[in-house]
Amino acid sequence: MKSLEFEEPIVELTEKINQLRSLSGSEALDLDSEIAKAEKKADQLRKEIYTNLTPTQVIQISRHPNRPDSLSLANLIFEDFIEIHGDRQFGDDPSIICGLGKLKGQSIAIIGHQKGHDTKENIYRNFGMPNPEGYRKALRVMYLAEKFNMPIITFIDTPGAYPGLEAEERGQAEAIARNLREMISIRVPIITIVIGEGGSGGALGIGVANKVFMMEYSIYSVISPEGCASILFRDAKLASKAADNLKITAKDIEGLGIADGIIKEPFGGAHRDWKVTAETIKKTIVKELAAYKKRDTEQIVEERYAKFRQMGQFIEGK
Amino acid sequence: MTILNWLAKKQPPTRSKTEKLNIPGDVWSKCPTCSEVLFLKELEKNLSVCPKCNYHFRLSPEDRITYIFDKNSFEETHAAIEGIDFLNFEDTEKYKDRLKKAQAKTNHKDAIVTGTALLKKIPVNIGVMNFGFLGGSMGSVVGEKITRLIESGAENKNPVIIFTSSGGARMQEGIMSLMQMAKTSAALYRLEQAKVPYISVLCDPTTGGTSASFAMLGDLNIAEPDALISFAGPRVIEQTIRQKLPKGFQRSEFLLKHGMLDLVVDRKAMRQTLYTCISILGGQP
Ligand SMILES: [Zn+2]
Repeated sequence: MKSLEFEEPIVELTEKINQLRSLSGSEALDLDSEIAKAEKKADQLRKEIYTNLTPTQVIQISRHPNRPDSLSLANLIFEDFIEIHGDRQFGDDPSIICGLGKLKGQSIAIIGHQKGHDTKENIYRNFGMPNPEGYRKALRVMYLAEKFNMPIITFIDTPGAYPGLEAEERGQAEAIARNLREMISIRVPIITIVIGEGGSGGALGIGVANKVFMMEYSIYSVISPEGCASILFRDAKLASKAADNLKITAKDIEGLGIADGIIKEPFGGAHRDWKVTAETIKKTIVKELAAYKKRDTEQIVEERYAKFRQMGQFIEGK
Repeated sequence: MTILNWLAKKQPPTRSKTEKLNIPGDVWSKCPTCSEVLFLKELEKNLSVCPKCNYHFRLSPEDRITYIFDKNSFEETHAAIEGIDFLNFEDTEKYKDRLKKAQAKTNHKDAIVTGTALLKKIPVNIGVMNFGFLGGSMGSVVGEKITRLIESGAENKNPVIIFTSSGGARMQEGIMSLMQMAKTSAALYRLEQAKVPYISVLCDPTTGGTSASFAMLGDLNIAEPDALISFAGPRVIEQTIRQKLPKGFQRSEFLLKHGMLDLVVDRKAMRQTLYTCISILGGQP
């Protein structure tokens, strides 16, 4: 598995442990206590590194090529998951996946940005950057969910909507704007989980939910720190400074009242254990949906409106 | 989200009250597209449109309101809402200081003026964005004022007209600026349910988070000629696809051709066109 730069000390130590192990096997030496010591140290090191992550390091984890993707999570979390395709207007966007499934007997609609894990997959998925038809497919499935009274789960994981020529021609701005307006009206509960990278309007386009959760090492931002650095700081190399300023980590987003909760990841990040990650997400979804079963439609729609209506910080004089 | 090009790139000169051309006496202005030197008084009489090439100069909210609505009919609302630097954001400058400077420069608290006005005697709720205030960017204040404007339109059955001129979300307010897209669009859903008309008038430039929310959601979308209207800025797209963009790409006429706009209307015809549309859609004197 690809390791991140800040994990290098752990990787080095792990290599040493492996060396010790092989020595211990071949030379009949008793290195067990040495190995145990080194392992303890590695654990400690990992704990230290992972409890003091900078925003820039969190960004790296959120973009890890082995981070669980929407389709894999959908397959792990839901029973009978079946992917469905197309916006019925222009095409099928591989950067946004939609599907139907069941959770504890309840029918569910699933929508998520889809990244790949290697270059070939990423080219096919356009690095998780949707075109307008992706947002239109998502909206079609939301209407479908509404019609059959199925709660909607959306997974956010995108650097942003695709900045391409055809995307503009086909109305990227209109597609996202329409989703924002329509999502507020959908008469079933919507739960959004930012599973990796929440990149600007392209993320929000499937994120107008009753409840928004952030994975522990996910990010949510109005602009990529790189983009922000090159515009405001006049130097793309100042991305880490921009990241600090933008306040994009799960804790920050929760602190600002945008996220309703944080979902714990396995130690060392979701990429280390997809199954555990999926289980944890599933627990959150099950718990949240149970609460909505007792609530009527008007309340659900009103709650979503109120949630977004109160967002903003300003002062008001006379 | 793109304030992108608009802050990075040198702006074509705007003929706002504070930055007139450096020609003696502040009586002349130079057209940024055809370079014609124009007598300011004449230009103003021509609604700040170049008589030679039809370039539409960017406008201050005051001028736009004067050009379009009934004389002295405008009453401002929520003028005292003001931004705060809740993230302690500091790039090459502190956000706090940027706000203060923009306020001093424009005499407004933030990048939009809202209120009520008469359009040939029809009462309307209007919002006018101000590109001169931090690139017309949308933060909490713009989001809140637009939302209140729309909500009051739904309540009083006043048609809503919003003139956009904005580089997108205000980065210095981080995620909160992004959420203003959802907030303003949500309000428009309520307006739609109330069956009150909403006309979006897209002026140069309307990009990023502004175009991807309330600007594109008009019952009618009307643009001034040759306005830049986009989600992603042209430079970002060029960098992404490594191609030169075709001439006129992301300009009003291009969007009209691709089905994103109802009309492209010259400033001189805007008052009459808006009146006709509003009166047909149900505005009452
Ligand atoms: Zn000219």
